[in-house]
Amino acid sequence: MSEQRINDTIQLERRRFLQVLAAGAGVLMIGIRVADAADAPLPPALLGDTFYDLGAYVRIDSDSNVLIGARDPDTGTGVATALPRIIADELDADWNQVSVILLGLGVADDKGQPRWIYGRQIGGTGSSIPAAWGDLRQAGALARWLLLQAAARRLGMPANQLRCDAGTVIALDGRRLSYGSLVDDASAIALPDKLPPLKTADRYQLIGKPAGDVDAHGIVTGQAHFALDEQDGEALVAVLAHCPWPDGTLERIDTADTLAVKGVVKVMQLTPEPGQPWGSTVIAPAVAVLAEDTWSALQGRQKLKLEWKPGASGSESSAALEQQAVALLADSTTPPTARVRNDGDVDAAGKKAARRLQASYFQPWLAHATAEPMNCLVRLDKDRARAIVPTQAPQKAWAVVQRLTGLAPAQIEIRVPRVGGGYGRRLDHDFVAEAVMLAKAVGKPVRLLWTREQDLGHDYYRSGSVHQFSAIIDRKRRVIGWDQRMASASALAHRGVPDNRLWTSELQADQLPAGLLPNFRSDWYALESAIPRGPTRGMPHLSNAFAVESFIDEIAHLLKENPLDTRLRLLGEARQLPLGTGGTLDVGRLLNVLQLVADRIEWKNWLRSVNGLGIACWHVDGAYVAHAVEAAMQGEKLIIQRVVCAVDVGRVINPLGLEGQVAGATLDALSAALNLAITFKGGQIQQHSYKDYPLASMAQLPDAVEVITVPGDRTPTGASFLAMPTAAPALANAVFRASAVRVRRLPLMKELLRLL
Amino acid sequence: MAPVQAQVLPINPDSGIVPVKVRDGIDLEINGEHYLHTGDPQMPLLWYLRDVLQLTGTKYGDAHGESGADLVLLDGKAVSAITLPVAKLAGRQVTTVEGLAADDGTLHPLQQAFIDEDAIGCGYCTPGWLIAAADLLRRKKQPSDGDIDQLPNLCRCGCQTRVRRAIKRVAAGKAAQP
Repeated sequence: MSEQRINDTIQLERRRFLQVLAAGAGVLMIGIRVADAADAPLPPALLGDTFYDLGAYVRIDSDSNVLIGARDPDTGTGVATALPRIIADELDADWNQVSVILLGLGVADDKGQPRWIYGRQIGGTGSSIPAAWGDLRQAGALARWLLLQAAARRLGMPANQLRCDAGTVIALDGRRLSYGSLVDDASAIALPDKLPPLKTADRYQLIGKPAGDVDAHGIVTGQAHFALDEQDGEALVAVLAHCPWPDGTLERIDTADTLAVKGVVKVMQLTPEPGQPWGSTVIAPAVAVLAEDTWSALQGRQKLKLEWKPGASGSESSAALEQQAVALLADSTTPPTARVRNDGDVDAAGKKAARRLQASYFQPWLAHATAEPMNCLVRLDKDRARAIVPTQAPQKAWAVVQRLTGLAPAQIEIRVPRVGGGYGRRLDHDFVAEAVMLAKAVGKPVRLLWTREQDLGHDYYRSGSVHQFSAIIDRKRRVIGWDQRMASASALAHRGVPDNRLWTSELQADQLPAGLLPNFRSDWYALESAIPRGPTRGMPHLSNAFAVESFIDEIAHLLKENPLDTRLRLLGEARQLPLGTGGTLDVGRLLNVLQLVADRIEWKNWLRSVNGLGIACWHVDGAYVAHAVEAAMQGEKLIIQRVVCAVDVGRVINPLGLEGQVAGATLDALSAALNLAITFKGGQIQQHSYKDYPLASMAQLPDAVEVITVPGDRTPTGASFLAMPTAAPALANAVFRASAVRVRRLPLMKELLRLL
Repeated sequence: MAPVQAQVLPINPDSGIVPVKVRDGIDLEINGEHYLHTGDPQMPLLWYLRDVLQLTGTKYGDAHGESGADLVLLDGKAVSAITLPVAKLAGRQVTTVEGLAADDGTLHPLQQAFIDEDAIGCGYCTPGWLIAAADLLRRKKQPSDGDIDQLPNLCRCGCQTRVRRAIKRVAAGKAAQP
């Protein structure tokens, strides 16, 4: 069979193209990439490394098997299932014939600059599905269009008398052609001038239908590889001892006992590169033990004799930082670091106050505690770097490798297997820098492993915060003013973000109840700390929703009102409110999720229920969420009896995946709220193991989470952390009803036992 | 040609061949296969599985086995592989997640139930849950919610409610039998 090559392209957006890549070997391939005359012919099988060079989203083989690439890292968010299903639906593929491959980073060399072949590639930030909705459907639509044209020629009838269904083209007269039988012809068809039209929603076959995780079989059989499971025959295992202080220094080191351990090869030092932002270089000075296997490396590390000297951070404590926050917020003469929002005139409204309510909420520092600890396998050859990285952002991992090696864009390969949890931790790549530095210095591939102790003790944490609220209530029991002050250490500090934008990681100008009240003021006060911070799951909604939705319950209590009614009064009529970010707050959708959880948990029993009922609602980037919780106290034991969560994400791609995300995020948020806090003293983190940082056990968590998803046809939004913000306030509000104790400080269990 | 008679052939003392003692080591039985471990007897089973045998289904979670990601079955009982030196394993049977399915690939009912209930978050801790649940079902065919509450595993993705459903599905006999 003669080889054909078609490099037609359709403009998708600037610098990126949908493309047919075809060789006459019985395949049809669609990718989003730039045509390149030097492309190698297709290999007979898309296995191993060769696949990563192809840049294909869709490949159809002559036996009708379909291979679809998943571009975004799957950290447990289900995008490796959902994204390919978006393409497969548009293609009218038979899902049973589809195999999914994780694409890894797609990068090409554009005159020395990186060109991202697959567009944006980022996971666990809630943006995968909306982005895929915008561009990935087109890959499926183009492939389907080509197959239809090929079938039309073969059958001698116009394409509009043909339809596609489950991997087959079906003619009006009943004749059927499998996709596989059409791929050679389809590869030879010139691309249309315009993108083929996308399917209308009534023709969706996969979107909106439940599908299990594509990696499920590999996971339950132990065959699925995470980065930590990858091997490289020659690689040395590296484990680190980090300095307890990010700005500390190594005073004394004795490696004799370590080097005497059988299997230990080398001991090396790592130092953060001056001037590099957090997340791009070593997180703290460290000593690395390199050995032939993990056990030898760990034993060698245990035998290191190190003396570290603290830097300026050596006097920091989380307790003192909180006191500082309280003092800042209490002093009305101190101007805020940022005035985030100022509607109406809160001070003038205060003069009309019939009643005022004030309360403060205290939330702790949190760690990521990903199941799979930080690790990275790096091989550096003369003109090539290969890194296997558990990352949420492969392009950022690439940037770190590029900076440290100086290689050209396409000489760097970043592979991303399934990732054992992200929660924002893997948007940072300090561990990649460590592995690359070590591999460079030792001249061999390095497999870096962080232990749990390091994971908890050296993180880019979620800062603790203090919220101080004041509500102004008039004679008609209306909330007419809301004055809120928040103090925290920004997650954007030390990251090249201008000072006047540091607040953006900590709160949003549009968060509830902004926009609902005539007088509303939101101020943010910066805390300074050398303890590293970074993106964390649910930020900034998690801390703000807890404070706001708890406070609304306190207002209800003050007014002797049913807290659902207080919320309904605050939200008012269903209407569209413009948001500062350009979107709109659809109050009707928010009211709907609130009412759904209220109905499901039988809120009408709120007053006379023996158990406590609590409720909360929130909106996140155009999606809406509400929780209702039923809880009871058995002595000092808190029993979470029921949890209901309703979400409105617009169109649902995979209902089963969405349910998993919603239930999972709910449990994650409850676990954090119940138990978790990172503290530091003398600049040192005090939590080193799961004993100190006890993720909730099965017994502590509810037996079930009842998930209600609102059907919809709006552009889908992400859901990876949507269900986090409202779980904790709904629980705290339920605990208040069950115990008469208002918990204003997390973690909840510790505070509840103190107050009971 | 005359038939060859059985006879003892003397070893030529100059041949250089000398009998060698069988290698010392620990006889390990993992997923029905025998391995002779000749390295450090104090090496934890977890690193033997992962680094030596490259059976990577059993995961590293932490140094003390608190996460449950490193659970294996030892003579049918769930134990932490990172706190278990290989020295203690002579004559005992280890089953890892890779050994749960039948030889022909038929899944263990729990594996099938985890798929059916989509009881998977990121999937890193899943092997540990499967091992803990297999141990539970061995002890109690019809575990109560209170029994399931005792599983030691941790999961930040929040797969607990779906794991609970999967275990109940097996107890109710709704998953395919091996």
